[in-house]
Amino acid sequence: MKPHTLSILVENKPGVLSRVTGLFSRRGFNIESLAVGTCEEPDMSRITIVVIGDDAKVEQVMKQLHKLIDVIKVSDLTENERVERELALIKVNAEPGTSRAEIMQIAQSFRAQIVDVGSKSVILQVTGDTDKVDALEKLLRQYGVKELVRTGRIGIPRGSKIVASLK
Amino acid sequence: MKTGAKILVESLQREGTEIIFGYPGGVVLPIYDELYDSPLRHILVRHEQAAAHAADGYARASGRVGVCLATSGPGACNLVTGIATAYMDSASIVAITGQVPTNLLGNDAFQESDITGITMPITKHNYLVKSAADISRVVQEAFYIAGTGRKGPVLIDIPKDVSTGLAEDTPLPEKVTLRGYNPTYKGHKRQIDKAVELIVHAERPLIYAGGGVIASDASGELVSLATLLGIPVTTTLMGIGCIPCDHPLNLGMLGMHGTEYANFAVMESDVLIAIGARFDDRVTGKIDTFAPHAKIVHIDIDPAEIGKNKRIDVPIVGDVKAVLQDMLSGLKKNNAYEPWLKKIKHWRQHHPLRVKDDGRLHPQQIIRALSELVKGEAVIVSEVGQNQMWTAQHFCFHHPRTWITSGGLGTMGYGFPAAMGAHFARPDVPVFDIAGDGSIQMNIQEMSTVAANRIPVKVAILNNMYLGMVRQWQELFFDRRYSFTELPPVEFVKIANAYGIDGIRVESPDEVIPALKAALDCDGPFVMDFRIEREENVFPMVPAGAAINEMIGGHPRS
Repeated sequence: MKPHTLSILVENKPGVLSRVTGLFSRRGFNIESLAVGTCEEPDMSRITIVVIGDDAKVEQVMKQLHKLIDVIKVSDLTENERVERELALIKVNAEPGTSRAEIMQIAQSFRAQIVDVGSKSVILQVTGDTDKVDALEKLLRQYGVKELVRTGRIGIPRGSKIVASLK
Repeated sequence: MKTGAKILVESLQREGTEIIFGYPGGVVLPIYDELYDSPLRHILVRHEQAAAHAADGYARASGRVGVCLATSGPGACNLVTGIATAYMDSASIVAITGQVPTNLLGNDAFQESDITGITMPITKHNYLVKSAADISRVVQEAFYIAGTGRKGPVLIDIPKDVSTGLAEDTPLPEKVTLRGYNPTYKGHKRQIDKAVELIVHAERPLIYAGGGVIASDASGELVSLATLLGIPVTTTLMGIGCIPCDHPLNLGMLGMHGTEYANFAVMESDVLIAIGARFDDRVTGKIDTFAPHAKIVHIDIDPAEIGKNKRIDVPIVGDVKAVLQDMLSGLKKNNAYEPWLKKIKHWRQHHPLRVKDDGRLHPQQIIRALSELVKGEAVIVSEVGQNQMWTAQHFCFHHPRTWITSGGLGTMGYGFPAAMGAHFARPDVPVFDIAGDGSIQMNIQEMSTVAANRIPVKVAILNNMYLGMVRQWQELFFDRRYSFTELPPVEFVKIANAYGIDGIRVESPDEVIPALKAALDCDGPFVMDFRIEREENVFPMVPAGAAINEMIGGHPRS
C-alpha cells in the first residue's frame, strides 16, 4: 500500500467529478487529497487525486477511470520524477508583543508569506510538498492554530515529459 | 423550429429504432403526444422495470440497441434494476427518462429524482439534456456508445421544458467522435502471434468462451478456430449458444453448475484461451486454484477486464471477431491434441449430467423435452435460479442470441419481460420464458401486456413452491433450515386465464410433451404450470469458495 498521485484529464462538464470519485468510493478507497482546476486545454479540466492502495487495485481504478466517456487521459504521476505542491493558509494566534516575532522568523525560514495581519492573529501562506507543509503546521501548533486550509496536491512530471496517456 | 419531443422521436427513428417499451407519466406527456401519431411502435408495459428488461431482451436477441421510456421520479427509479441488469451483461439499451423542468431541478419537485446521479455507476454513460438543441446530438452519441465497444446501457434524462422547448434541426456528423471514447478493435499483432505460438505448442488447450463472443457476433470465427485446431470449448452462462451444443468439441458450461468434464478440463489444461469472458467468481470458484497448470491468453475488448481477477500471460485487447479473424489467418489445420480430446471423452462418458426417469416430474426432463421439440429454433429466455441453471445445462442451443438470461446481476423477474422484447427481435421463432414460481411473480403483471398485444411468449413455470435455489443452499449449507423460502401454492393457470391467456397445469411426465405442443400450437401467449419435484437440486455444484473440480452431486472420479 503506497500513495499514488493520479492525474486525470477530463471534459469540463457537470457531473464529471462525481463520476470520477464514484469509482473510488465504490471500492472503499479513501481519497487523501483532491484538486480540480482548468488546464492547458480550454474545455478540459485536470483532476489530481492522491489515494493509498495496492498497485493492482490502483491500476484497476485507472482502467475503470479510462472507461468513463468524459475522461480523456489518466496517468499515475508516482511512476515518474515529478514536482508536487500543496498550498496552505494557516491562521495563527499572535497577540501583539508576544510570539509575533517568532512566528515571523519561522515563516521566513519556510519561505511562507504573511498574507494578513490582524490584531490577534496572522495568516501565513505556504507552498511546498506535503512534508514541508506538515512541518510548518507542526511548528505553529505551539502558538495556537485557529484555522488551517490546505489545497489538494497537484503535480507535474519533471523535464520535457508531459502527463502521458494511459494507452 | 421543432419541439424537443419531436426532435427526440425523429432522432430515435434516424437511429433505426422500431419499437419502444415504455410507461407514460406527467413530464413525458409531450413525448407521448409525439408518439401518438409516430410510426414508432410503442408497447405499454405494466411496470417500468419490465420496459427496461424488454428493451434488453430485444437488444440481446437482435444485436441492435433496445429502447425504453419512463417518466421522472418513480418511473425512472423503476428502470434502475433493468439498467443494472443490462450493465452487468453488457446489453445495449438506451433508457429515456422524463425529468422535472430545469428551473425545478434540485428542488424536490413532485416526482423528481436525480436519475443521472442514481444511474451513474450502472450506466456506460448518461446525459442530463439541458436544451432542445442538444437532443439530436445526444441521441446519436447515446446509440453510438451503447452499441459499440463493450456494449452497455446509456440513459438520457430530458426535463419537461426541454421536450417542449423549440430548436432548429442541427446538422449531425456522419460518424460520432468522442475524444474520451476510442475502443480498440484490432488486436495487437505481436500479442496475437504470441498467443498462436502458445496454442500450437500446447498439449491440453481449452477455449473458455463468454458473452463477448456473442456480443461481437464472432460465433462463426470461434467455431472455426476450435474446429481447425481441434480445441475443446467450454462456455460461460453468457457464452452459451456461441458453439452448437451438439458440436463434438463443446463441453458445455463451466463453473459453479458447469459440467464435470468442463471443470476437469479447465483444471488440467495447459493453455486456457479466455475469449470475451471475465473470470467471474461463479465461473472460477476459488480463483487461486483456477486453471493452475495453464498459461492464459485473454481476448477482450475491455482492457479493464484483463488481469482484473487472474494474472494473464498473453493479454489481447480487441474486438473478439477481429482478433479471431487475425488468429485464423495465421493458422493451419492441426490435430495434435488427440490424447487430450480422448481424455475429455472419457470424462464425458463417465461424468454426464444426470436426468432422473422415475415416473415423477423432474424439471430436467421438461427442458430436454422442449429442446427436442424445438430443435434449437426458438429463443429461450430464463428467470434466475434453479430454472436458469437447469435450462443452461439441459437445453441444446444451436445458435447465438437464442439464449437470453440475466447472468451478472442475476435479476429475478428478468425473463418474462425480456422474452416480450425478444419476440419483437425474433418474431419468426417461438419465444419461451423458463421461470420458477418465485421469479415469475416478480413481473407477473406483464401478463396484461402480452395479453393486450397478443405477444406470443410461452411461459413455462417450473413450480416447486419454493425459492428453489435459495432452498437448495439452505438444504446443503444451512442444515435444511428453510427460512422464508417456501411459497404458498399458486394457481398460475387461473391467473393467466384472468388476464385472458390460455394455460395448462402439468403434474406428470406424460403430460409434458402435449403441454409443450399446446403452447407451440397456440398463436398467442401461453402459460404452463409444471408441478415439479419440490426438492430437486441443481447438480453438479461447486460450493462457494471451493475449487471448481470439487463438485458435489457429481459422479465418483474414475
